Amino acid sequence: MASESGGGVRNDMRGGGRYLSLGRDERAEMLAVVGAGSIDDLFEPVPEAVRFSGLLQLQPQMAEQELLGHLQELSSRNAPEQGAVSFLGAGCNPHYVPAHVDALIQRQEFLTAYTPYQAEVGQGTLQAIFEFQSLVCMLTGMEVCNASVYDGASSVAEAVLMARRLTRRPGKVLYSAGLHPNYLEVTRTYATYLEIEFEEMPVSDDGCTEIPEIGDDVIAVVLQQPSFFGVVEDLRSAGSRIADTGAKFIVATAEPLALALTATPAAAGADIVVGELQSFGNGMNFGGPLVGFMACRDRDKRNLPGRLAGETVDADGKRGYVLTLSTREQHIRRAKATSNICTNEALCALAACIHMCSLGRHGLTALARHNLAKASYAREALVAVGARAVYSAPMFNEFVIDVGSDAAAVVGACAAKGIIPGVALGRFSPQRASQLLVCATEVHPRAQIDRLAAVIGEVMA
Amino acid sequence: MSDARTNPNARQGQLKHEGLIFERSSAGRVGFSLPELDVPEVDPVAIWGADAVRDDIAGFPEVSEVDVVRHFTRISQHNYGIDLGLHPLGSCTMKYNPKLHEVVARLRGFAGAHPFLPDEQSQGALELMWNLERELIQITGMPHVSLQPAAGAQGELTGIMMIAAYHGSRGDARTKVLIPDSAHGTNPATAAFCGLEPVEVPSNQQGTIDIEALRAAADEHTAALMLTNPNTLGLFEERIDEIAAIIHDAGGLIYCDGANLNAILGKARPGDFGADVFHINMHKTFTTPHGGGGPGCGPVALAEHLEPFRPRPVVARDSNGTFRLDHDRPQSIGKVHGFYGNFAMMVRGYTYIRAHGAIGLRQIAEDAVLAANYLKERLKKDYELPHDRPCMHEVVFSDRKQKLHGATAMDICKRMMDFGFHPPTVYFPLVVPGALMIEPTETVSRQELDEFADALIAIARECEEDTEVVTTAPHTTYHRRLDETQAARRPVLRWGPAVETCGP
Repeated sequence: MASESGGGVRNDMRGGGRYLSLGRDERAEMLAVVGAGSIDDLFEPVPEAVRFSGLLQLQPQMAEQELLGHLQELSSRNAPEQGAVSFLGAGCNPHYVPAHVDALIQRQEFLTAYTPYQAEVGQGTLQAIFEFQSLVCMLTGMEVCNASVYDGASSVAEAVLMARRLTRRPGKVLYSAGLHPNYLEVTRTYATYLEIEFEEMPVSDDGCTEIPEIGDDVIAVVLQQPSFFGVVEDLRSAGSRIADTGAKFIVATAEPLALALTATPAAAGADIVVGELQSFGNGMNFGGPLVGFMACRDRDKRNLPGRLAGETVDADGKRGYVLTLSTREQHIRRAKATSNICTNEALCALAACIHMCSLGRHGLTALARHNLAKASYAREALVAVGARAVYSAPMFNEFVIDVGSDAAAVVGACAAKGIIPGVALGRFSPQRASQLLVCATEVHPRAQIDRLAAVIGEVMA
Repeated sequence: MSDARTNPNARQGQLKHEGLIFERSSAGRVGFSLPELDVPEVDPVAIWGADAVRDDIAGFPEVSEVDVVRHFTRISQHNYGIDLGLHPLGSCTMKYNPKLHEVVARLRGFAGAHPFLPDEQSQGALELMWNLERELIQITGMPHVSLQPAAGAQGELTGIMMIAAYHGSRGDARTKVLIPDSAHGTNPATAAFCGLEPVEVPSNQQGTIDIEALRAAADEHTAALMLTNPNTLGLFEERIDEIAAIIHDAGGLIYCDGANLNAILGKARPGDFGADVFHINMHKTFTTPHGGGGPGCGPVALAEHLEPFRPRPVVARDSNGTFRLDHDRPQSIGKVHGFYGNFAMMVRGYTYIRAHGAIGLRQIAEDAVLAANYLKERLKKDYELPHDRPCMHEVVFSDRKQKLHGATAMDICKRMMDFGFHPPTVYFPLVVPGALMIEPTETVSRQELDEFADALIAIARECEEDTEVVTTAPHTTYHRRLDETQAARRPVLRWGPAVETCGP
C-alpha cells in the first residue's frame, strides 16, 4: 500500500495500517499460494464497468493522537463540556453510572464477543442475558422478558404488532396522550402497512389518562408509566376497565426506576410491558444506544419478538444457558418471523443488568425515593418563582410547568446562563408552547435545583 | 485419545463455576452509594396512596460491589472475544475493535449529551454526524445517507419502507419483493413487515442469481429486488448490470444489503452498480464492538429519488456553517428510532474511517479478500467447495465429505472450540446444505490463518479416523455441548421466586 500510494513508510505509520494484520511479504506469499499475479486478479469477478478505479474522496487519514485531538475538539462543542447543568429527561434520563458498570462492560470478553449462537463459547453473555430477563421480570411483575430490542420507542411498536398477532385481527389501538410522542411516531412508522387505526385517549386536567369505553374493535390500549408528562398513572383502574374486553393492555415505561416504587404493571393486569432501560447503567450518548425491553405473560411467549436465553444442561448435566425458542426469529422463520430484529442492544442490557444487581433489592427503592424527593423539591421551587405546575396528579422524577411565554425562548435564555431547564413541549404540540418538561434526579444537588429556580425566575421576570 | 481431546490452544485453568447472581445474595449487602438527601424526604404512600406503592422487589439480589465485579468477571471468562483471536463468522465481519473507539465514545461531550439539547449546544455531535454522512456518501457512491436505523435489520426496514413510500407517492401499487434464495433471513422478514410479498429467486450453478428466473419474476408488481452483493456465498454478482436493468426496466428499485461491504471498500460502489438503497452495518464494516449481540448501527445510503422519504430529523448545515436538526420533512416515512439512532456507534465508525482514509479502506478490502481466498486454497482439498471460483471476503464450504463419516457441520464447529477458535457461521446460506461459511477479515495474520486452516484440516482427519472425538466435542470448554432441544421443550426463561400472579 505504501509503495503504491507513493507515501512511503509514513502512510503505514499514520493510518489504519496498524489494524491490518498482513505484512508486505505475507501478502506476496499469500498471492502466490492462491495463484494470483496481483491483488487485482482477485477482484476480477467485479465487472470492469462497475469497478471503482479511482481513490475515494475521503478526509485524510489520521494517526491515533491526531484523531483523539479531532474528536476531543468535536466533543468540546457540546454542552456537557461547557459546564451547562441540564434538567432534560424525556426518556433519555440523567442518572449516575457507577464506575464498575463501565469497567465490566469494557472487558473484551463482553465487549467484543459475538452473538452467543455457539453457546459453549458464549456462556458469559448468555448467563448475563438470563439474569437480565429475570431482573426485568421481577421489576415489572411479568413472567417472560426478551434479551432486549433497540429502544423504548421500537419496543412500543413491536408490542402493538404483537397485540395484533395475539388478537388476530386488524383494528384500533388506543394510546394515551401521555405516551412519549417519539414512541408514538416510531410505532406509527412500524405500523404503516398494517391497517391499524390509532386513536388518542386524552389526559384529564390532573394529568391522568381518561380511559374510554373499550369497544370490541380495539386490539390494544397503550399507557405509559410514568407518563411522558411525568404523571404516575393509576394502572389498576385502567386495567380493570380493559380486562375482559379482548384488547391487550400494553404498559410502556420511559423511566423504569419508577417501577421500583409503583405497584407493578402485572398487578394491574398488563398483558405486555415494554420500555426503555437506559436509566440503568447507560449514559445518554446523544440519544443512543438505548436499551428497549419487552416482557409478557408466559402464555404469549411464542409471540414475543427478539432473542431469549433459556436454561438447559450440557452433556455432563451441568447447568448452562442457550438462545432458545428461535423458531420465532427471522433466521429460522424468515417471512413468518415475529419481527425482523436480529442485532439487539446486548451490551447495554448487560450494563443495565450490572447496575440493577448493584442497586439490589433495597438500593433500587432508595434511589427511586431519592429521585422522587429531588423532583418534588424542584417542582415546588419552580412554583415558588412563578411557574405553574400544569398537572396535580402524583409525579415521580419529572413534571410539566408552564412558564407563561414561549418555552423554547425560555430554554434559550436559560442556556445562556448555563442552565438547560427542560424540554420545551412546543416541539411536540403547539398547544403546549409555554410548557416545559423538567427532570430532576440523584445527579442534581440541591444547589443546582435552586440555581434552576433562580434562573427560571429571572427569565420569567 | 485423551491427547486429541485437549489442545494447547484451548483455554484452560482458572475458570470457575459461577452460579447466578441471585444465588450470591445475602441480606443486608449493598453494592451502591447515594449522596445524603439534601432536600425534604417525600413519602410515596402519602402522595400516591398505599395501593399504588409496592413495598418490595422480591428476588432482587443483595450483593456488594465486590460480589458484582467478581461475578461478572467470572462469567465473562466463559466467553470468547475478539482480542483472543479469530472469529471466522461468515457474513458477520468480526474484525478487531480498536481500543481508541472506547476512549472517544466516552468523551464527556458525546457520552453526556442529551438528545434534546438545543442545536447550539450540540454542534460537535451534529458536525460529527454530518461528517460521517459525507464519508459514507463517498464510500457508497450514493448522494444521501440516513444514520438513524439502530441496526442492519432496521436499516433494511427503513430502506424497504422508503421504497414503498416512493411507489406510493407515484400512485404505483406494487406488492412483491424479489429475494434471492441465498439471502439473510432478515430480508423476507422485512418485506413481510411492510405488507409486501417475498418472492424467492433461485441461484444458478455458479452461486449467483439465475438471470432468466429473475427476468421471469420481474414485472409491474415488483416493488424491489433485495440483493446482497457480494452475496452470502462470498461471490460478486458478475451480471449486476443486467440485474439492475431488469429490475429498473420493470419499474422496481434495488435494495442492496450491505452486510458484505467490507469486500468492496474502495473497489466498487453500490451507487455505481445500480443500488437505490444500500444499508451499512457499522458494527461489521466499521467495527463497532459486537457486544455479545449489539448494539449495532445501520445507516442507509439512498438515491436522490428516495431523499424526500428518509427518516426525520435530518442533519442540515446552514450557510453560516452551523448545524441543525431539520424536523420539517413532510414526506418522511417518520422516525424509526426514539431519537437519532445509535450515536455512540457513529462516533466509533467515524473514528475508524478517519483512521484509514481512502488508501487504508481499500487495503482493508484487498486484505480481507486475499485472506478468504487463501483459506479457500488451503482448505479446498479437505472440505467440499460447492463454488470453486475466486471468492470475495468469505468462502462457503460444505460438510458433505465429513458427513460420509457421520460428522456434521455443527460437530465440526464444536470441535473448532477445542482448537481455541470461535466456530464459523454454520448452516447458512441455506442454498448450501451443511454450510460452513468462513470470513477471516483483514485483521488476522498469516500465522493465525495457517493455524486455523491446520486445525480444520486436523478435524477433517479426525472425522475420518476418530469421528467420535468430533461428534462429542467440545471437550475442553467449561461447558460441554449444551442441550438446545431441552431448552426449547421446557423453557426456563428466568430465575425467580414466584412472581406476582396476574391481576386484577
